[in-house]
Amino acid sequence: MALLNSKTKAVLLGPLNKNNPVIVQVLGICSALAVTSKLEPSVVMTIAVVVVAGFGNVVISMLRNTIPNRIRIIVQLVVVAALVTIVSEVLKAYLYDVNKQLSVFVGLIVTNCILMGRLEAFALGNGPWPSFLDGVGNGLGYGWILIVVGFFRELLGSGTLFDIPVIPQALYDIGYENNGLMILPPMAMIVIAGIIWVHRYRDKELQEETN
Amino acid sequence: MDAISLIVRSIFVDNMIFAYYLGMCSYLAVSKNVKTAVGLGFAVTFVLMLTVPLNYMLENYVLKAGALEWLGESFKDIDLSVFSLLIFIAIIASTVQVVEMVIERFSPGLYTSLGIFLPLIAVNCAILGGSLFMQQRAFPNIGIATAYGFGSGIGWLLAIVGLAAIRERLQYSNVPKPLKGLGITFIIVALMGVAFMSFSGIDI
Repeated sequence: MALLNSKTKAVLLGPLNKNNPVIVQVLGICSALAVTSKLEPSVVMTIAVVVVAGFGNVVISMLRNTIPNRIRIIVQLVVVAALVTIVSEVLKAYLYDVNKQLSVFVGLIVTNCILMGRLEAFALGNGPWPSFLDGVGNGLGYGWILIVVGFFRELLGSGTLFDIPVIPQALYDIGYENNGLMILPPMAMIVIAGIIWVHRYRDKELQEETN
Repeated sequence: MDAISLIVRSIFVDNMIFAYYLGMCSYLAVSKNVKTAVGLGFAVTFVLMLTVPLNYMLENYVLKAGALEWLGESFKDIDLSVFSLLIFIAIIASTVQVVEMVIERFSPGLYTSLGIFLPLIAVNCAILGGSLFMQQRAFPNIGIATAYGFGSGIGWLLAIVGLAAIRERLQYSNVPKPLKGLGITFIIVALMGVAFMSFSGIDI
């Protein structure tokens, strides 16, 4: 069996575009906004979510025939919370500075609606391998939004990327200034609104009728 | 006095929505009309008021390093804080279950109008966020912790009712097609956030 046939490919790649968890399904917005003022925490957050989503889906998918339907939410929460605890301990051990910047948002991966949504909608009805791809796909779909937002906010807000200055000094000399507003959280919403605008302009099917 | 200033701070300065962006999913999804927004806002406030003090007690008497000292000398070195996430989320999920049953019994109207969103409070980041901030800030006593839960909840209520009112008005305006619905809502929230930022730095 090939590892990627057309169906599993759709499962993996769909969330990157048409079914994007952030800009189409409106899930997992909280952390997408709070951690993106710099590029580095956005990347770390992306990796953390990809890992938790992928493995959470696998675990639930393997347990799906044994979980009693009535207590499934609590079981899902416990599985996710256990995975997040592992990720957060790893971050504390190896990336302490980034962990400080992310503060409570690592813990808040537990309540990231993307995870619960995927567990509920996909992992409970599919085998471990497609579920894993689905989790990874959704994590990446969430991640690229984070990275794009983090890129623009750090570039325009601090003139750096990964804390390395990229705007040449000559530009500052002729009067260019960093836009301090980009660092502030509301601007994340504006950048995401911009992404939504472009995305929906290109893909007319996704446009809504009412406000 | 401390409690009052903390409440005012957490409503305006440290607003859950505009300062930390917590509880965004249900915030965006349920803000289409004012009535349900008010209902969900009060439900969130209520759950926050219950879970923050409950988790505060657990944090200080069970989880924190040395918190188990009351059991005896030999428990002094135990540090269970690794499990705080698991415990917090379990407490929150069960509290939400209880609240759901209470609302169903005493206010069936509200119960049906909240629909799916009531169980979803369990995964509302604002609730877990409240507990995690409580842990991070290490409040001195349980009264202050309750006040913090209350203030954050009211701040959340204020924000969602405001957005719902604006969105009701928005029905009649002419928005560019690709921005309709979600896009314009994001921009409105951003502008409200900028407005709320004028509170930041105020010392109360």
